[in-house]
Order: sequence, then structure tokens, then C-alpha cells
Amino acid sequence: MPKKNIKREIKYSEAIREALYFSMKKNKSVILLALGADDPKGIFGTTKNLINKFGNKRVFDMPTAENSMTGIAIGCSLGDLRPVVTHQRVEFSLLSIDQIINQAAKWSYMSAGKMKVPIVIRMIIGRGWGQGPQHSQSLESLFSNIPGLKVVCPSTPFDAKGMLISSIEDNNPVIFFEHRWLHGYFGKVPHNYYKVPIGKSKIIHRGNDITIVSSSYMSIESLKTAKILKSFNVNAEVIDLRSLRPLDVNPILSSVKKTKNLLVVDNGWMKYGISSEIIASIVDNIKNLSKITIKRIGISDNPIPSTRSLAKHCYQDIYSILKAVLKMKNIKYSNLNAYKIYSATDVPDKDFTGPF
Amino acid sequence: MVSNNKNRIKLLYEMMRIREVEKTIAEKYPEGKMRCPVHLSIGQEAIAVGVCNNLKKKDQILSAHRSHAHYLAKGGNLNSMIAELYGKITGCAMGKGGSMHLIDQSAGMLAAVPIVGSTLPISVGVAWSNKLKKNNNLVVVFFGDGATEEGVFQESLDFASLHNLKILFICENNFYSVYSNIKKRQNPDRKIAKIAKTLGVNSKFSFGNDVENVYNYTKKALDYIKKNNNPYLLEFSTYRLVEHCGPFDDDHLGYRDIKEVKYWKNKCPIKIYQNKLLREKLISSDKIIKFEDEIQKKIINSFKFADKSIFPSKKFLKKNIYA
Repeated sequence: MPKKNIKREIKYSEAIREALYFSMKKNKSVILLALGADDPKGIFGTTKNLINKFGNKRVFDMPTAENSMTGIAIGCSLGDLRPVVTHQRVEFSLLSIDQIINQAAKWSYMSAGKMKVPIVIRMIIGRGWGQGPQHSQSLESLFSNIPGLKVVCPSTPFDAKGMLISSIEDNNPVIFFEHRWLHGYFGKVPHNYYKVPIGKSKIIHRGNDITIVSSSYMSIESLKTAKILKSFNVNAEVIDLRSLRPLDVNPILSSVKKTKNLLVVDNGWMKYGISSEIIASIVDNIKNLSKITIKRIGISDNPIPSTRSLAKHCYQDIYSILKAVLKMKNIKYSNLNAYKIYSATDVPDKDFTGPF
Repeated sequence: MVSNNKNRIKLLYEMMRIREVEKTIAEKYPEGKMRCPVHLSIGQEAIAVGVCNNLKKKDQILSAHRSHAHYLAKGGNLNSMIAELYGKITGCAMGKGGSMHLIDQSAGMLAAVPIVGSTLPISVGVAWSNKLKKNNNLVVVFFGDGATEEGVFQESLDFASLHNLKILFICENNFYSVYSNIKKRQNPDRKIAKIAKTLGVNSKFSFGNDVENVYNYTKKALDYIKKNNNPYLLEFSTYRLVEHCGPFDDDHLGYRDIKEVKYWKNKCPIKIYQNKLLREKLISSDKIIKFEDEIQKKIINSFKFADKSIFPSKKFLKKNIYA
């Protein structure tokens, strides 16, 4: 692990780029495949200039053929290469669902361990600026359902770099979710090559009154809410899942046993979702549930519309997390409108001006 | 071209061996010990044997659901294959794959999968990694006429030609996707070999039940691939002589014209080649019978081996989900 006193702050997107850079520098088997991997914008800056560093034998633009490209990446990995495929929106990966679920996830098992498929598929989740029904879905639970895949969704630049390096080193297919709104977030990131393990959650705020479990962009909102909750005398424990498969259940159980309150803030739709899985794990593992209050919130159960006048009703934010916690804790409040100013429904910050 | 008489006898012997294995599977299938879907290669042996006899051990092949002939022709271990069908721990995938997932890396048999067209891009990826790693291995992928209807067929050929990959695409056109005739699925003007050409992949169409013909076309195609560092596609016509999936005939279902079936039964690749070699006096009827007995004796041991092997215990259930 890196040294503690890190001073340098970089953006999440730069952290991703550094992970790719260091991985490619360290291991010649690592190659990049993406529509636009070598274009001037370099996929939101995450692959920028890597073509100049590593050349066109390792950084590949690809045909608009997600299904075959995923299969080709699988084939490459059988030949001891480590391809990293990127989709600028998770929705494009759905064209390759056969290769991901039927093939990548199965080859180790169906060959009784003779084959391995070390590929990373980066999937970017969109939100806001009118992205609409097919550019703003959080489909983490879809992939988390599949044995044979690993699924991660880091929320900080530090974890993004360390977990992408771990994902590339992993001998299994790893689905790596990046929330588009996280790309602009700054955080402390060491210069060096370091790993953050897959399959470990992180307590990002300590407290004894309520456990808030979240992931990806909603972990950021949950953390901000936890800080505000202090002024209501509520000490929230916020657990950032970081990894969805394998899911690190034990820290959640310990925390819930302590706080007796669990709020799951789902980064996606709730039904059949990550929150369902977490609450099921609580039910499966905690004997006496009568003293525990459980609630979940998430994206409203509908496709996300493009217009901001409707999209704003779909997402959870500081305001809604705050309201949910205060209600669970039976804390009276007069007016929370002041906290709506923290809530962004259309853009992550004032610097974001689209287009996607 | 096949000039050596010893090699010609070998081609016949290998086809006969595959036929005998498939016939024995069919014979024993009703015992209920091979409890997985089987797609027998009976009638299509010439393509597997003709193609694989051009390959070295280190060359890599990938296949689809009807893969027994490919596995055997490439030198896959028979004991491991039959044990896999029996679901035993001695199977090539410890019984986790079954008939549709035959694998023998030591023979260069990388995989078989039943999702139509799915191994096309994977095989292109293997060929690409060969290029990036600068080894000279050749890749051959076997698929059917149905696979060419999948979008991934076009995607895969495009990439293979764009990146000048050393891969041979072998389309076994047996005119049926399960019970659906190609006329119901494809415009008659849509020629598979022509599609390949428009995607920048040189190609030829030929008769696939004449093993020497298959051998010769494959040899030329591989020479082209090695010389030009470009992919090639061969489409061979052939016919499945038993049911799509399972050990019996399914002609009572009426989806194939009786005349058509009869025509192709006469075009049985083994019958054609035996007659040819008999005519040329390269082999005698007695020798053929001797071969049959010899093969039968040899392969029956594999069935005994599979039957006697143990099933994987529960502890293997959770193994190998992850590498």
C-alpha cells in the first residue's frame, strides 16, 4: 500500500489514465481496445496520449462491433495478453452480452480451470445533461448476477487507480464501472504503482447511529450527507462497497449489528438490484431482525427521461438521503430545503457543460 | 496435394475412426449414461479430417456444438472425450462442460461452444494474439451455415482482414440450422463465400464430402494465409446424416426431403473414399473390415474407461469459477 501522507490531488479520470499507463509500462501484455482509445479526447481523458507512449501495437481504436471486439479480447486473453476494453457508455456493452456472460464468465469453469480469461471491461455510467433512456443506466446488478465475473465500482480517484491496476492483474474477467460524474472528482492519489484489492468494502465515515451502504457516485452523496447529519446529532457510518462481486458482506453485518439501522442507497434501480442483495444478506445472516430498521432508496423505477424537468425526480441526492435518515431515526425537522442546494440533478458541478 | 498413399490410407482410417466413435456413442446413448446433448458428426467427417491433416500440433482450432469430429481429427484424447460425455472426473473438463465443451490444449483444441457464432470472434482474438506475440501459429475455426447469419460473423471477418490475421474460417454448410433449411433463412443470392470476399477475406466454395478435395483446398488456403498474412474462408457443402441433436434419425419429422436424404447418403464421405481407394486398389475390402474391427476394439476401451471412472465429488462444484 502507498505511503500515507499523499499531497498530490488529481482527477478520477487522470487516476484511471495513470492506472492504464503504469499497467502498460509494467506489463507488455496489457493492450487497450476501445472506440476512440486513440482519439484526441481519449475517452474523457482516461486514455489520452497513451497512443504516443505505447504506440499503435498496444492502443487500438476498434470497429463499432462490440460483440466481436469482446470476443476478440477474450481470444487475446487466451493467448496470454491482458486486454482492457472500454465502452463510453455501459449500454454499448449490451451488444456483447453473449461474449461476457456465455463466454468470458464461463471459460475457466467449463474448462475445469485449464483456461483463464484475464480481461477488463470498463463501463461508463452516464447521468444528467439529458442523457436519456439509453445513456444513463446503472446496470451493475445485471453483471453482478453472474458467477465467473468480478464487478467493481470505485468511487474515489485513489480507489479508481488502485482497483484498475488490481483488475488488470486479475486472472478473471473484471467489469469495471466508472460513473461519468466521478471523472471530474479530485482526490489524493500517489504517483506510484499500487493496488487496492478487489472484494473489500471501505468504511468512509465512522459512526454508531446508522449504517449507510452505497457505491459508485452515490457513495459520494452519502458521504456528504453523513457530514451534514452531524449537525442533527446523527453519526452515520458510511460503507462504500467498491466491489459488488465478490461482495464484502461482513463489514456491513458488523456495522448494522452496532447501529441497528441500515439505509442502502442504491446507485441504480432498487428492484432486483444491489440493495436487494445487501438486504437479503442481512436477513440471511442476522438472527434477530426485530430491533433493526432497514430501508433502501434508489433510482425511481422507470427509464430515465432526457428532459431535466423529469430526470430530476429519478435520482437520490443529499436531500433525499438526509430525509430518509431523519425519518428512520425519528428526528423531527422543520425544513430541509436549505440542503437542496447541495443537490445536483443535471450536472455534477458547475464546470460540466456536456455534451456527454 | 495428397500424393503419398500412406497419407491417403490415413485419411480414410481417421474418418472411419470418427464414424465408429460416433456410432458407438449413438449405440450406447440409450443406456442413459451419457446424459448430455450430443450433436454427432456422422456424415461430416471429411471436413474435419481433411482440414486437420494439414495442421501441426501447435496450431489451434476452435469449434461449435458439433465438435466431436474436430476434436478427434486434431488429436484430442478419446478417453477424455468419452469420459466428458459420461460426466466423469476423468473428462477433458471434469464433466463440467459435456459434449458441447470439448477441450484438449495439448492437441491445440482450444474450445467448443454451442452458442452459434460465438467462437468466431474468440478465434480471431487468438489469431490476433499470435500476431501481436509474433509466433507463427495458425488458427482454424469451424462453424456452420447458421453462424454466418449472426452479426458477429461479419464483425469477425472484418477484423481478421483489417489486421491481416493468420486464420482459416471453415464453414461447414450442411443446409440446416436445427430443422430449418437454408432456403428459409437466407436469400438464394446470398453466397457465404462471396460475403467473405466483400469483407476482404479471400474464399472458395467446394464439395466437403470428398476428403482429398477438402485436404487440397485447405492446403492451398493455408499456403495463401502463410504467404500473404491474410485470412481465408473455405465453405464446404456437406450433410448431417443423423438427427440434429441425439443418437437417432429424425427424418420421420419430415423436415428434410426423402430424396435429398437419399442423395446425401450416397454421398457419404467414407463410402466415397472407400470406393475410390478400392477402385485404385490401394485397399481391399478385407482390409477395410480389418480396420473396422481394429478401431472398434480400440475405442471400446475408452467407453469402458469412462464408465468405470468416478463422478466429480461435490467439492469440485465451486472450483474453477474463478481462475
